[in-house]
Amino acid sequence: MSDLEEKIAKWLNTNTFHHSEFWDLKELVRAKEKAGVSISLCIPTLNEENTIGKEIIVFKSELMDRYPLLDEIAVIDSGSTDRTLEIAASYGADTYLSADILPNHGFKPGKGENLWKAIYQLKGDIICYVDADIKNIHSKFASALVAPLIYRQEIQYVKAFYDRPLAVSNELRASGGGRVTEILVRPLFSVFFPELTALMQPLSGEYAVRREVLEALPFPIGYGVETSHLIDVYQAYGLQSFAQVDLDKRVHRNQSTASLGKMAFGILQSFLNRLKGYDLVTDMPEMNGIFRQLLAEGRRYEQRVLSIEEEERPPMITLPEYRERHGR
Amino acid sequence: MAVLKNTSQYEMQEILFPLKVHDLSQVFCGKLLSSGFFPPTFCIFCPMGVIVGNVLSGEKVLSIREHLRSIREILLANIVMAAEIPAPTGDEGNLTRFLSDRFTEFGLNNISRDEAGNVAGVLAGSSGKRNLLVAAHVDKIWADSEDHTVSVGVGEMSGRGIADNALGVAVLATLPLMLESLGVELESDLILLGTTKSLGRGDLGGMRFFLENSDWEVASALCVEGIDLGRLSYSSLGMARGEIVVTVPEDAETPDLAVAGAIPVLTEIMERLLEMSRRDYPNTVIRTGTMEAGSGYNVPPRGGRIHFEIRSTGAGKVKRMEREITAMVEAVSSQPDVTASVEMIAHRQPGNLGKRHPLASTAQRAMRALDIEPTVEPSVSELAALLDQGIPALTLGITKGQHRHSPEETIQLDPIFDGLAQLVSVLLFMDTTDFTN
Repeated sequence: MSDLEEKIAKWLNTNTFHHSEFWDLKELVRAKEKAGVSISLCIPTLNEENTIGKEIIVFKSELMDRYPLLDEIAVIDSGSTDRTLEIAASYGADTYLSADILPNHGFKPGKGENLWKAIYQLKGDIICYVDADIKNIHSKFASALVAPLIYRQEIQYVKAFYDRPLAVSNELRASGGGRVTEILVRPLFSVFFPELTALMQPLSGEYAVRREVLEALPFPIGYGVETSHLIDVYQAYGLQSFAQVDLDKRVHRNQSTASLGKMAFGILQSFLNRLKGYDLVTDMPEMNGIFRQLLAEGRRYEQRVLSIEEEERPPMITLPEYRERHGR
Repeated sequence: MAVLKNTSQYEMQEILFPLKVHDLSQVFCGKLLSSGFFPPTFCIFCPMGVIVGNVLSGEKVLSIREHLRSIREILLANIVMAAEIPAPTGDEGNLTRFLSDRFTEFGLNNISRDEAGNVAGVLAGSSGKRNLLVAAHVDKIWADSEDHTVSVGVGEMSGRGIADNALGVAVLATLPLMLESLGVELESDLILLGTTKSLGRGDLGGMRFFLENSDWEVASALCVEGIDLGRLSYSSLGMARGEIVVTVPEDAETPDLAVAGAIPVLTEIMERLLEMSRRDYPNTVIRTGTMEAGSGYNVPPRGGRIHFEIRSTGAGKVKRMEREITAMVEAVSSQPDVTASVEMIAHRQPGNLGKRHPLASTAQRAMRALDIEPTVEPSVSELAALLDQGIPALTLGITKGQHRHSPEETIQLDPIFDGLAQLVSVLLFMDTTDFTN
């Protein structure tokens, strides 16, 4: 076994958890109080009226009313045209329009924008992000993610993984990453950041992070936010700062291959930016941010040209408004 | 001071109900009862020493409703969880485990799952001199493989089995917290029971097992159904369910059967069932829930089945009808090329508490205070088993809903608190009432 494989194996042994290890919520709340940390849950949304209500009900009941683990539940919305915000508010979430937060800095459409503004808006020492499109929501989607941060001081960033394959032919199951993970991100990590291949699902939208780490991260506003985070946190703190938690199963809407193509393009841009930023490659050509797809209908062929610019927000700690609000 | 002598408790109840409750302390005097949330003016004690009951004013029922809103999120989360855990009849283990966990978290006593799979927990009362039962069936009509995802909208939730009976199960799971939040400590021990094998071929198996094998003597009981608010059942119909199975051979010589398989036989049986049903309608009816045969356009089905239910106010009539159907099926089966049989799979005895029973009247009072129009209807569910054992019992619905037994089964959320207020009001009355007098 190579040193790398040995290191990953050790990390998998010590920093990969199953949610059932954190079943005792009473104990978790006790440990949280002892650690003296506050926890905010952030749900970024854009037209999620079908699933948001249930998420709020489950998190509020289980992790605020029954077990006071979360100090706030906030929905940060990119401008939904459906009843997402109305439903979220009716079940007790704090709701914000992303455009209303830090208005002097403008509004950029994208999930990363909401995650970035959450650092300013929310109060917690730990912020847990959970996507709004989970059909089989359970309190473990938040509690099991914050647990490693509560119990282990050296851990900074906790990722979720899930989705068991329907059939398993060996004793070991496949990592279960999504299509973009397996055909883009994992190959890129294998070449440039092999230790990060230890993460089962680097693109999962559920993760919990300490504020002091989050506030120092630049934020791509689009698809590349998760990949960039992993690279930046890895460069600053190393593999030992990560943990991952098996949440068993996540049911969500499936995306078309064309949508995944756009996602992959955004991730690739962020990834290449990071390579450049960390001087890992030289002589990179200028990236134009144009994603080209071809559509075929019978013998008619059509080009689709999409502009996908992976803009970045600066680390939140560099904003005077933030430093003033949070006393940094 | 008015003193009523030689008056039975039920008769007194009839006298009391027309009066406004705040008048009662002027009509009667005696020891007052009270418990936490409730001022003592609403508790009365007859000078003869007979406890008439803890009759709540309309105002108090409304205040219970408003107070219960404080546990809204916990109740709603329990509904979601109870709805998303599959519990087909006979395989309810995951859902009873959920209930058992909730009972454990609340610190109930005697939490157990019995041989029938029922789950029970006991909330100890201050004196424990009586045992009250609140029950909800946990089984659903949906198979494990169906999508049980719940959708939550503004003021409503929908999903398979959410009304029948995830809401009932959630009420059971949340009831101890409701009482705690109201500051109520019951005198009686309260048994919370999630029953299995209620539906279809289950034939009330869970409730029957509990009543036959439990050491707890139940003084009075409530059955909780998700919908519909206003439902008030204090009687049960005599009922029998059966399945008729028809087969014809592939090489049938009878021309009709050769071209249409079992279908002509099924329609003949169907016509005869309708004929029988017409004779004593509406006192006795035969409902047909399923008639199935075949799977395509051009292949005559070799078999088919009919599921039916006989309902009647009289047990003897159900039995007679059952015998008639058996004889009719035998006659059909004697025709060339036809094999037909009938199997009876569930039975209920009729029972009736009577509309003047104080339990029924109290429920109606609570409903009126909440502006709920009572819909009195006989039941064929758990209530039948309870009345059969001579236990005073009611079935109450908790909220309004739509699309029962469809994938889009929906419940409205706000009326739930009306349903809970009526439930708690009736429970408090049961707690201070001795129905054996």
